[in-house]
Amino acid sequence: MTSVAILSPSVGLHSLARFRARPSTVFSLVIVALVLVAAVAPGLLASGTPTQIDLTNALAPPSWAHPFGTDEAGRDLLTRVIYGTRLSLGIGLGATGIAMSLALVFGFAAGLVGGVLDTVITRVLEVFFAFPALLAALLVIAIFGPSVKTSIVAVGIGSMPGYARMVRGQVINVKQAGYIEAAHALGHSRWKVIRRHLFPNAMRPLVAVMTLGVGQSIVWASSLAFLGLGVPPPSPEWGALLDAGRLYITTSWWLEILPGLVIVLVALAVTSLGRTMQHRLEGASR
Amino acid sequence: MTTLAPDLLPSVSTRPLPARTSVRAARRVGFKVVSAVLVLIAAASVTFFAQLVIPGDRATTILNLQNGREQKWSTAELAPVNDRFGFDHPLIAQYLDYVGGFFKGDLGTSYTQFRPVTSVIGAQIVPSLVLTIGALVVAWIIALVVTLVTVKRGRFVSGAGSSVEAFTASLPHYWVGVILLVVFAVKIPIFPVIGGDGLWGTVLPVLTLAIPLSGFLGQVTRDEFDKVLDQPFIVTARARGMGDTGIRLRHALRHAVLPAITLSGWALGALISGAVIAENIFGRPGIGQVLVTAVNTRDVPTVSGIVLVVAAVYIVANLLVDLAYALVDPRLRAS
Repeated sequence: MTSVAILSPSVGLHSLARFRARPSTVFSLVIVALVLVAAVAPGLLASGTPTQIDLTNALAPPSWAHPFGTDEAGRDLLTRVIYGTRLSLGIGLGATGIAMSLALVFGFAAGLVGGVLDTVITRVLEVFFAFPALLAALLVIAIFGPSVKTSIVAVGIGSMPGYARMVRGQVINVKQAGYIEAAHALGHSRWKVIRRHLFPNAMRPLVAVMTLGVGQSIVWASSLAFLGLGVPPPSPEWGALLDAGRLYITTSWWLEILPGLVIVLVALAVTSLGRTMQHRLEGASR
Repeated sequence: MTTLAPDLLPSVSTRPLPARTSVRAARRVGFKVVSAVLVLIAAASVTFFAQLVIPGDRATTILNLQNGREQKWSTAELAPVNDRFGFDHPLIAQYLDYVGGFFKGDLGTSYTQFRPVTSVIGAQIVPSLVLTIGALVVAWIIALVVTLVTVKRGRFVSGAGSSVEAFTASLPHYWVGVILLVVFAVKIPIFPVIGGDGLWGTVLPVLTLAIPLSGFLGQVTRDEFDKVLDQPFIVTARARGMGDTGIRLRHALRHAVLPAITLSGWALGALISGAVIAENIFGRPGIGQVLVTAVNTRDVPTVSGIVLVVAAVYIVANLLVDLAYALVDPRLRAS
């Protein structure tokens, strides 16, 4: 009994399989599935192409033929949203990846080594916290100029400090666990304990946090584009659609509100999934 | 709790002075102020180094920006720029100049306008602060009223309350702003679409910032209310025959508010990001407009200056929150 209890809990997807079918979870899973399909094979969801111009039908309000209406060149907005998914999701994943990679370096260095290094890193992170993420991102864009790549890096750097603090906390938490002590007592090398026990267990709750982070990154990247400082307009990236629609805001509301709604729904779905995962993982580790 | 003998408390220092509460409190305040100043210095260092990582030679960049084209410039052409911006000084001198200047209210010189960043920012910071502080107050009022009324009122009411909070907390500022603009300025023209300077024109921008924040604050205060309302002293108050409303207002409220006060410093930072967007949507003057223009023209010193001012506001606000917290919560004063 006790020997089982001190074994390092295994990391697996088995906890995912136990999702109870709550309505909000089902709704989130449907949205995430649609997003993934749109990102991988947009042709399956949209009949036309995102660049099909129809000037006789410019700025048409939403209708059965064009559920999201059309833009100033008569292009179908829903089709453009669907084709923009890949880039928007890519930016969200890329930014979260950059933020997490940096955070792992800082967090593990601080949490594992401790002492002076920990104090220094914690202080540096405190300084970074003083810069609101969006403003930090704007500073990066001012330095390197707006582009897809800068958006990813800017949002990643802006959101790094929060992750780093969490990684550090996790490492310190897991380091004190009974199974780590047991592994040391069994004579495993330091490196093996870190690789086999500390890293996977410290990362487990962070997977849920990263899921939340992807939604947040998509929102931030679209905020940058909304200001005209993200991905530039001919692209159907979601933020770029918002940027392009700004000119017609007083006459054609759908150009802003509907792509915005898609971003909100995706962010909500991803957030709710992340929360559910967090609860499951917390439940499993107790 | 606070009557423990001082010897029983874990001692942090070697205690050269008798452990009088007032002395310790003063020392703690001093410590907090000093560490806030250190964080300010570090923040200024970050924005200084941000200006160094601009790809290429800085004087060339400035001349390119000035003339709107990319080309090579001769040493004679570069010399006055290097002299004007002090690029020919050693790095350490430039650094000390920048950090020292920051504490004297000097943020360097704009690359595109050739005048001090402080004069570019100028009075623009005032409307932005009015907007953010207004939004903070409104968000607090919405969050407190909604949680006070709905918390622990049966599964349906409190469930609905917390879903609304989770929903509004995740709304991006630009979307809230656009919807408010379309609904209350275009479709139902109650408010001005653009450039309302007066109080009336401030309503929609303030709501744009306040709605998502109120959802966020509401989530926190609801959790606290939930916990506090189960405490024994609440049960005692009920046993004494106190009404439910009285309990919520007299006893639960202050406990629920405490942890959320800490968040106000953080919220101010988040609100300034939102203010950039709200000012942009509603065409309001403020640092948001200056900032977006500066990012567009790659005027890094101006962007750095604004970012640094915002960081300073955040640091000072957090210091004040820290100190206020210690004042409001007597438990922290003694521990």
